[in-house]
Amino acid sequence: MKARALIPFAVFAVLVVLLAVGLTRDPKLVPSPLINKPAPMFSLPTIDHPDQQIGTTDFKGKVVLFNVWASWCVACREEQPILTQFAREHSTPVYGLNYKDQRDEAKRWLNYFGNPYIASAFDEKGRVGIDWGVYGVPETFLIDKKGIIRHKVIGPITPDIIANTLLPMIEKLEKES
Amino acid sequence: MPLLRVALAALLLCFTLTAQSAINTLPFQNNAQEKRYDHLIEELRCLVCQNQNLADSNADLAKDLRTQVYNMIMQGKSDQEILDYMVDRYGDFVLYRPPVKSTTYLLWAGPFLLLLLAFITTILFIRNRAKGTEPSMSEHDQARLQKLLQKNNKDSNS
Repeated sequence: MKARALIPFAVFAVLVVLLAVGLTRDPKLVPSPLINKPAPMFSLPTIDHPDQQIGTTDFKGKVVLFNVWASWCVACREEQPILTQFAREHSTPVYGLNYKDQRDEAKRWLNYFGNPYIASAFDEKGRVGIDWGVYGVPETFLIDKKGIIRHKVIGPITPDIIANTLLPMIEKLEKES
Repeated sequence: MPLLRVALAALLLCFTLTAQSAINTLPFQNNAQEKRYDHLIEELRCLVCQNQNLADSNADLAKDLRTQVYNMIMQGKSDQEILDYMVDRYGDFVLYRPPVKSTTYLLWAGPFLLLLLAFITTILFIRNRAKGTEPSMSEHDQARLQKLLQKNNKDSNS
C-alpha cells in the first residue's frame, strides 16, 4: 500500500522534470533541415559593386562563415563588432548576405558598425534568403570545404559561441580534405 | 453638428479601408487555384510568429512566403511540390500538421496512450473499490467470531 501511494508523486516528479526541460528550450530555434546538406546555389550582385556577382561557387574549397544581416536588423548591431573582431583575428573568410535591404542604407550601416565581410551579396527581394531557410536575421552558416553546411547559428553570434562552438568546428573542418 | 458629421464620415472611411484590405487581390486564373492558395497558406506556419499560419501573419517573411506559394501555383506546381519546397528549406516545423514519421510517433500516439492509461487506471480503481466494500476480516478474527457464535448457540440451547 505504501509503494502505491508514491505513484502519484512519481508521476508528478516526472511531469515536473519534463516541463522543466521544456522551459529551458527556446522554441524560436527551429533546427535547419539544411545541416549536412550542400549549400543552396545562388549568384547575386555584391553590395559594393552592382556589376560584380558573388555566389556559392566562391565558397568552394574553403571553410567559410556565411552571415545573413540587414541594416534594419537590431540584433545585428550587437553582433557586428564581434564578427568584425573575429574576421580580424582569424583567417576564416566571412561572407555576408544582405537580406531585404537597401543598398545605400546597407553601405552606410557597414561603415558605422563594422565590415567583416570579404563581400556581401545583395538579396533585395529575399529570394535567396528563402532558399537558405532564413527566418530570423541574423543567422550564420558554417560551410565546409566541400560546400556542405555544417552548422547554423540563429540569432547574434556571441564571443561564447565563437570560442565554444565555431572555432572548434572550424579547426576540425580545416583538417578535412 | 458638422464636426459630428465629419467624425462619422471618418469612421465610415476606416471601415471601407479595412474591408478593402481583407479582399484577396491576387489574380488567379481560376477558382481552383485560389482555393489551393487559400488552403496552402492555412497549412503553412509563419516561422517568425510561430503560432500563426501564413494566412494570418503580417510578418515580412510570411508575405514573401505567400508570394512564393502564389508564384509556384501559377507555375503549375502541385500542392505536394509546394509543401516539399517549404519543408526542404524550413523543416517539418513549417507544416502546421506534423507528418507521421518515426520522430513524431510519440506526438501522434501520445494523447491516445494517455487516454488508454487513464482508462486502465479507472477500471483498476473501480474494481478495487468494488472489492473493498466487502468487510474484510483476518483469520484470527474469523476464528474468534466462529467461537463466539458457537458459544452463543450452546448458551441458547441449554
